[in-house]
Amino acid sequence: MIEPINVSLESLNLGTIVPMSVAIIGALAIILTDIFNKNKHKSLYVILVVLFLVFDLFTLLAFSGDERGMFDIMLLDGIAILSQCIIIGGAILFVLLGLSKLRFQEFRYAEYFALYLLSIAGLQFMVSSDSLIMIFVGLETSSLALYTMIAMHNRMVSIEAAIKYFTMGALAAGFFVFGSMIFYAITGSVELAQIAQVVTQDGFLSKENYANYILVLVGFVFMFAALGFKLSLFPYHTWVPDVYQGSTSAMAGFLSVVPKMAGFVVALRFFEIFIHANDVIIQTMLYVTVILTMTIPNLIALQQKDIKRMLAYSSISNAGMAMAAIVIGTHQATTALFLYWVLFTITNFGAFGMLWLNRGKEYNDYESPYTFKKFSGLAQISPFTASILGLFLFALAGLPPFALFWGKMYLIASAVNAGHIALAVIIVLNSAIAAYYYLRPVSYMFLRDPEVGISNTKFMQNATIPMKSVVGFAVLLAIISILLVEPLLNIIGTYVANSGF
Amino acid sequence: MENILSMLIFFPAAAAVVGFLIHKDSMRQFGVVVTVVEFVLALLMWYYFDTNVAGMQFVQTLPLISSYGINYIVGIDGVSIFLIIMITFMTMIAIIGLTEKKDVKNLIITMLFLEMTMVGVFSALDVVLFYIFWELTLIPMFYIIGFWGAERRFYAAIKFFLYTFIGSLIMLIGILYFGYVYFQTTGVWSFSLLDWNSIVLPFDLQLWLFIAFFLGFAVKVPMFPFHTWLPLAHGQAPTIGSIILAAVLLKMETYGFIRFSLPLFPDASVYFVGFMATLGLIAIIYTAMLAYAQEDMKQMIAYSSISHMGVITLGVFALNVEGISGAVYLMIGHAIVSGALFMCVGVLYDRRHSKMIKDFGGLAHNMPVFAVVYIVVLMASIGLPLTIGFIGEFLSLLGFFKYSPIMAFIGALTIVLSAIYMLAMYKKVFFGKLVKEENKSMKDIFGRELVALGSLVVLIIALGIYPKVILDPLNTSVTHLTKVMEIKAVNEDTKEKLRALNSIGEVK
Repeated sequence: MIEPINVSLESLNLGTIVPMSVAIIGALAIILTDIFNKNKHKSLYVILVVLFLVFDLFTLLAFSGDERGMFDIMLLDGIAILSQCIIIGGAILFVLLGLSKLRFQEFRYAEYFALYLLSIAGLQFMVSSDSLIMIFVGLETSSLALYTMIAMHNRMVSIEAAIKYFTMGALAAGFFVFGSMIFYAITGSVELAQIAQVVTQDGFLSKENYANYILVLVGFVFMFAALGFKLSLFPYHTWVPDVYQGSTSAMAGFLSVVPKMAGFVVALRFFEIFIHANDVIIQTMLYVTVILTMTIPNLIALQQKDIKRMLAYSSISNAGMAMAAIVIGTHQATTALFLYWVLFTITNFGAFGMLWLNRGKEYNDYESPYTFKKFSGLAQISPFTASILGLFLFALAGLPPFALFWGKMYLIASAVNAGHIALAVIIVLNSAIAAYYYLRPVSYMFLRDPEVGISNTKFMQNATIPMKSVVGFAVLLAIISILLVEPLLNIIGTYVANSGF
Repeated sequence: MENILSMLIFFPAAAAVVGFLIHKDSMRQFGVVVTVVEFVLALLMWYYFDTNVAGMQFVQTLPLISSYGINYIVGIDGVSIFLIIMITFMTMIAIIGLTEKKDVKNLIITMLFLEMTMVGVFSALDVVLFYIFWELTLIPMFYIIGFWGAERRFYAAIKFFLYTFIGSLIMLIGILYFGYVYFQTTGVWSFSLLDWNSIVLPFDLQLWLFIAFFLGFAVKVPMFPFHTWLPLAHGQAPTIGSIILAAVLLKMETYGFIRFSLPLFPDASVYFVGFMATLGLIAIIYTAMLAYAQEDMKQMIAYSSISHMGVITLGVFALNVEGISGAVYLMIGHAIVSGALFMCVGVLYDRRHSKMIKDFGGLAHNMPVFAVVYIVVLMASIGLPLTIGFIGEFLSLLGFFKYSPIMAFIGALTIVLSAIYMLAMYKKVFFGKLVKEENKSMKDIFGRELVALGSLVVLIIALGIYPKVILDPLNTSVTHLTKVMEIKAVNEDTKEKLRALNSIGEVK
């Protein structure tokens, strides 16, 4: 006779899954709306998504940190709340880009918006847990939704991108499972806190304990590869430019910012264990990866002739810089990571948003609407458009006082303060390399005359008033970012300290 | 009057923003009005400036990121006030003398933004604020060189941008590290220069930070191994771009040495005197030779600028009142003179669409007034007594004489060498017979060219005869600076050396 298990509802602390549930309910609501009403305009769904995400954000803000629930699987600590805020904020911004003027295939399906919400819910689960199983489920939920959304653009290039992303993602998922399995074998737990406890025991990672050490290394490598795919670290970054090229700019911008935030939180939780365990091999591995992730894509970006591919490589390099914050591992560095990502979200949203506004319909498959040539002499045709795109490119290059400069400055400061002067110099040199390729589209726009022959290219074809105002909002944020840094630092600092990083 | 400095910084920017609304045919007049008002504001500030106070005046503080010690702090002293007046003056003259036809509206707006950043650089007392303005000068200059420049303008603009960007990023690391050291010493974050001046650093730290700041400044001066971007940028830039580049942007970094490197790292400064002086001497001799070999008149003046910047470097690193005051005076003098020289080349280029020396000859026949103006400016550039160039060069070299008579002697060759290449160029362009057909129809200068160049000539001679207006307030601040250096030095030999260097006026 097996004893019945009694679980009281209070001990589950159902509140911890309310934010994600809101997103999921929203997704179901959208699908139901679509079942009963055919062919509604996409603006309905866009606004519904925004509405549910705002609701999601509010329920989230009710938490103040370090709450557990659902048999301790859910963990809503400071960084979980903070990263969810960034994820939801980014998601709200990017879904508004759906209000475009031109009609594209994916926006005709309500399912696109449902999947959008589901992927957000997946990411939210991913950041608010320290159980490897829950993280895996969240990761897969969001990734599967993303693959489908990319393919829904319904061009050959998008389908190719989706399949590429799917193949790579599946491989990464496999690695993640292998890694978790090995850690379970060594430590007997899938909870990161308990893994940390075992691994950081005295003498656990030493020569005497050789067999365990090798296993830990193997497990780490698997996990590292899995997270590397998600965060597009070198050498797992090869899918990024193709996937970005295949998806719409709105989608590519979303991919470059939002899922990576979740990836960073998992990386932060996971890598922190080993950085504090002071293991030389693992630290060297992380350090070298960070440096290569910053440098190699930067060098490749120098060769690009297309703004979107260039931005893809630049976003890899930016991910490397944010990853540097994790390697440095101090409180200030973790704060810098989040500050960097908030400002990067604003800047990258602006850059991809501007590309999206200039999207036309006259392009065939595998033909890019964003070649440098197309933007020749834009400053003379439409100075305002050129200035705004130029502003975001300069911001990405890290020119003061625009948004990303403060992120970079704070990151470099945290590197300097932690004694990583070499790392700081490498970050700085990479910013200089990056400046060159950001300058190239700027020089096409401002310094050259319009191309003869394609002078009938239309700009801002895809623009509508709401979209323009959202991008305008990003411009405003980028310009006044100097005033945002202080409050942001306060908020981020509190939440980060809350969760003990 | 406490807001006047912030007004001075942001007035051109505000004007530039509303300038978007003005029709493009009327833009030049708008530019002239704004820059004249700006110049008058600068003069007004001079009127209220107390010349007996050595420290900062018109200081204004606003918190920006106070938890990390970054604030909006501006203020000026005897060194920066004249540089600011010079900037507003040169911008005004450059816009009055503007002859560019292409997209004048964008050019004026860019110039006004540039003026904001330049005034900002010279008045910022928070190091991060300084860095922001410093970097912001790149964008308008990049646009000016790259859009209005000559054939190879893309290459020149990007090279200019990247060189200076890399240099200043290294300086940023230095700034952040200094901030961290300050935090460790005092327990509070601050990037205010006034706070930084109050702490004393150990010697080896000074060395590293000096090098970090040096890299940022040296690229822009430009010092010998980092100078290759400058002739290219000058060669390709439009006249107005060259004027601003030579007159103002090059002065930012020697100003940086005086404002940051000397008081913050006194021991390192003394330690590096020989090194810096050698770089200065290489610049003086080597680039003067290069200047003689140039066929393009503008390139020649660009190289001569580098050569004169070498003298300024010598003066700054003489580390005594005479040398530093002389260097600042030469900065002002060189700004006016090189601006005038570039404007003269612009006059020729507008008429003939060529900058090659060999295309001209015998111009004194049909352009007598221009020939007179040109020779006055040329003589000032060489350093003829009673012109503005002489006083700065003389004082700089006098100051350096105390450190090493031999080096000062080599430095004095600048006067001989610049006489050689300048006079040779003048001979080829203005003397001889007027043989070339195209040159016969060239008209003499008139109207706004005459106003612009004429006022520069008047200033060159006036300040050459009576330099006391500027030198007196300058000396007050510079004396204060050398005292600060002596107090802050950590090594005993540094103190001794500084005392020895500062004993020119004393009777032995």
